[in-house]
Amino acid sequence: MIRLLSLCWLLLLPLSAQAAIDAYEFSSEQNEERFQQLTGELRCPKCQNQNIADSDAPLAADLRREVHRMVEAGESDNSIIDFMVTRYGEFVLYRPRLNETTWLLWYGPFVLLGIGALVIVLISRNRRQRQVAASASATSEGSRQNGYQPSEGLSPEEAERLNQLLQRDKDQ
Amino acid sequence: MIDMVVPELGEYALILALCLSVLLATVPLVGASRGNALWMGFARPLSKAMFLFTLVSFICLSWSFLYNDFSVVYVASNSNSALPWYYRLSAVWGGHEGSLLLWALILSAWTLAVAVKSRNLPQDIIARVLAVMGWVATGFYLFILFTSSPFERYLPGYPQEGADLNPLLQDFGLIVHPPMLYMGYVGFAVSFAFAIAALLSGRLDAAWARWSRPWTSVAWAFLTLGIALGSWWAYYELGWGGWWFWDPVENASLMPWLVGTALIHSLAVTEKRGVFKSWTVLLAIFAFSLSLLGTFLVRSGVLTSVHAFASDPDRGLFILVMLAIVIGGSLLLYALRAGQMRSESSFGLLSRESLLLVNNVLLVVSCAMVLLGTIYPLIVDALGLGKLSVGPPYFNALFVPLMSIMLVFMGAGVISRWKQMNIAMLVQQLWLPGVLAVLLGVGATWLYAGELQHWVTVGMVLAWWVVLSGLRDLFNRLRHRREKLAGLMKQSRSYYGMVLAHLGTAVLVVGVSLVSIYSEQRDLRMQPGDSITFRDYTFIYDGNRHVEGPNYTSDQGQIRVLKEGEPYAEMHPEKRLYTARGNVMTEAAIDPGFTRDLYVALGEPLENGAWAVRVQYKPYVRWLWLGGLLMTFGGLLAASDPRYRKRRSAPVTAS
Amino acid sequence: MNNRKLFAFVPLAVFIVLGIFLWRGLSIDPTELPSELADKKRPIPAFELPSLIEPEKTLTPADLKGEVALLNVWATWCPTCKEEHGFLNRLARDEGITIYGINYKDEPGKAREWLRRYLNPYQKVVLDQDGTLGLDMGVYGAPETYVLDAEGRVRYRHVGAVDAQVWETLQQVMQKVRTEAAG
Repeated sequence: MIRLLSLCWLLLLPLSAQAAIDAYEFSSEQNEERFQQLTGELRCPKCQNQNIADSDAPLAADLRREVHRMVEAGESDNSIIDFMVTRYGEFVLYRPRLNETTWLLWYGPFVLLGIGALVIVLISRNRRQRQVAASASATSEGSRQNGYQPSEGLSPEEAERLNQLLQRDKDQ
Repeated sequence: MIDMVVPELGEYALILALCLSVLLATVPLVGASRGNALWMGFARPLSKAMFLFTLVSFICLSWSFLYNDFSVVYVASNSNSALPWYYRLSAVWGGHEGSLLLWALILSAWTLAVAVKSRNLPQDIIARVLAVMGWVATGFYLFILFTSSPFERYLPGYPQEGADLNPLLQDFGLIVHPPMLYMGYVGFAVSFAFAIAALLSGRLDAAWARWSRPWTSVAWAFLTLGIALGSWWAYYELGWGGWWFWDPVENASLMPWLVGTALIHSLAVTEKRGVFKSWTVLLAIFAFSLSLLGTFLVRSGVLTSVHAFASDPDRGLFILVMLAIVIGGSLLLYALRAGQMRSESSFGLLSRESLLLVNNVLLVVSCAMVLLGTIYPLIVDALGLGKLSVGPPYFNALFVPLMSIMLVFMGAGVISRWKQMNIAMLVQQLWLPGVLAVLLGVGATWLYAGELQHWVTVGMVLAWWVVLSGLRDLFNRLRHRREKLAGLMKQSRSYYGMVLAHLGTAVLVVGVSLVSIYSEQRDLRMQPGDSITFRDYTFIYDGNRHVEGPNYTSDQGQIRVLKEGEPYAEMHPEKRLYTARGNVMTEAAIDPGFTRDLYVALGEPLENGAWAVRVQYKPYVRWLWLGGLLMTFGGLLAASDPRYRKRRSAPVTAS
Repeated sequence: MNNRKLFAFVPLAVFIVLGIFLWRGLSIDPTELPSELADKKRPIPAFELPSLIEPEKTLTPADLKGEVALLNVWATWCPTCKEEHGFLNRLARDEGITIYGINYKDEPGKAREWLRRYLNPYQKVVLDQDGTLGLDMGVYGAPETYVLDAEGRVRYRHVGAVDAQVWETLQQVMQKVRTEAAG
């Protein structure tokens, strides 16, 4: 069954390469913009992964017709979106609504960013303290490098090893 | 007679390549752990032989395509004798099986390149690196041979004619886009192999970072080019004028790119300053893991995508097992080894190190965001919480601010110093570029649009900021030199590579800002004689003409374009019917330009000889791909820096 | 130092969690959508449409109430509908199942001819020529088969052909709905 379905989709796939263009008339430019915005953010339930503006599936054409009708009837964006969701579910929204299920989706990246910022501050602080404790060489400002200067930030052992390796290259 | 068995030859060659890869994965590794030079020495010849047999296999498949051997299932389902020869050849990678073979070929080619190009590496390192490449190659050969052989035959009876290549793929874009993209994906296998080799040997040092850098830059450059080509191809071929759809397949290529970009910067810090070692190794593992993950997402059918290959759960399971071994294994190795690493070097909160770390965090968070958005529908579904979709509105809402922050830090990062700097110096360096960027950015936006749309303004200001802070840095470099021109010549290639790539970013940002906000589109019904005026251009529709192509018939729209009333161009959008499969395709007509594209596509025929027509005006859309090209050249230029090939570090000439 | 070692395992842990989801994903079909009607046990949305078989008669949701039944969305342009038609006939004839039909975005003449040629398993067929009822029900691909309870509420939806295997599931759902109503 699934195999058969996927076969259907396989056949459908190349057909979807035609642009879906219908010649709707709009009473105002705002309406046209709203239509483009809404059809761009609603997902066609039948297709692989396309909004209803781009898809040429018959169902997408029906949905565009409904969106056009409602936009011209002066319905709000929210009521148009509700109209779609009561019929096809949250699936049709390319912009998922914020709720318990999507909390991680919307806020997760910012939480991660916060953690990242915290780590940077901690690391540089930690490192500096260690450095102060070791009373290492004073911070030199002219450490900008154009070419390659192996010794700058490397520990003595590392520098030694790097030299060894580079020396070996030469010998080979 | 020999031509009867070409597909079998191809299969045998692939089996031999598999055997060689198994040897490559084991013998040098054992040699390296025991210090056996003879065994380690096998790495290079094995790599060469592996490449040779993969190449033979690939040539065999190409031969079957070129000579229309429809007894081969893969050829019959992806080609047709009416196809021009060049599309018959590019059809080799037009489907799942053949594109995997291309992947394997490119992997073996990278392995060969490492074997040939790194004569000056210690033998145990090169043995380990090539062995890791062998492991990855083994996985792919097994995958091809067990689940996706392109050499299977229809026996005894076979079709007299092939089913044809998907018309979408009968295009120059398909000839070049997948190979470039795969060069990038697979190129990260080299960075990965270097990282794993370093973990295995327990010697994670600046030398390692230095060896890995040019390879990573080249892989990154190819990936950039591949993504840019893919975007360009989707733009002109799909027929609706979009250039990025946030489709899972596109996200699968963007994720390794983001991490790869972070890796390039992190490698620079590790090489110059010896810090972030374990982080850099982790990024190298991530970059390649995300390439593999992309393969899984695209080919297993777990996500729905416009571009997905015919999905097959068996293949999905196979790749998942491979992911578990390769990624799980390397992360386990990382966990065991990286915990023991220490960085001795120190730096302050305000230093080049920490600014590059900020860049890394932003890129990695962006990548995590893209990954989260891509697989969130799957997670929600697997938890039984229903079905939902995550699309462009989500990605744009998060990606744009994250990248904007990154551009702010990009300007500061270029100008900053290693180790420690004080805030007064940073301000002293950056106030002028900052003020100029705001003035020029706001001015340019106002001049272009006559209004200040907030995202466009932000984009323009940031683009100027990146360019001007780069100029400030160049000025600093030359300030103390008497001979300015000679000073310009003295700067290293890797420096100019960075400049070029950053310039590319600025160009890209301008393109994205303008085309996203100021594109105009009209869908309308046009009868012969109808016209529409758009900006300075008038489009006059003169009806359709019937055109016969080699393997299609076409309704070709005749559209005259006037610019400010004067004849300017003729455009011929087409609606093609590919006869072999009966596919209908929109072929948009594009008038490209440096500052704008005109884009016309034909829709459906309506009554009374009228057609639905879509006319679009796309400002600065070329700048997207121009930016991508600049980044590509930047990456290649940086990788070509002679110091990577120098046997010994030359002392820096003091100025 | 211990913390550091522990942190090094974080990427591995994240990957393992990810891997489990990906593995689960292999057995989920992402193209199959749940039905809002069935999830919320909503009744068939209001409609007033002609009957395919008796064009002069108007059908409303009230005509689909009364017993636990199947509601099948079909069309002559849909190859899979043809494939399942024989099975529906058998269900109606041998199992005595009440099946209603919605003829979805089709030509009535062709549809009547189809029922003459391949026999009619449906008690009533709603003629939904514009697909408005289909749209209100959230139909996204014919054929679709719904289980209705005696009050005309939607309890289950299957997308794709009905065969012996699917029928087992449908039968279970119908049985459950009946016992629910009885209890």
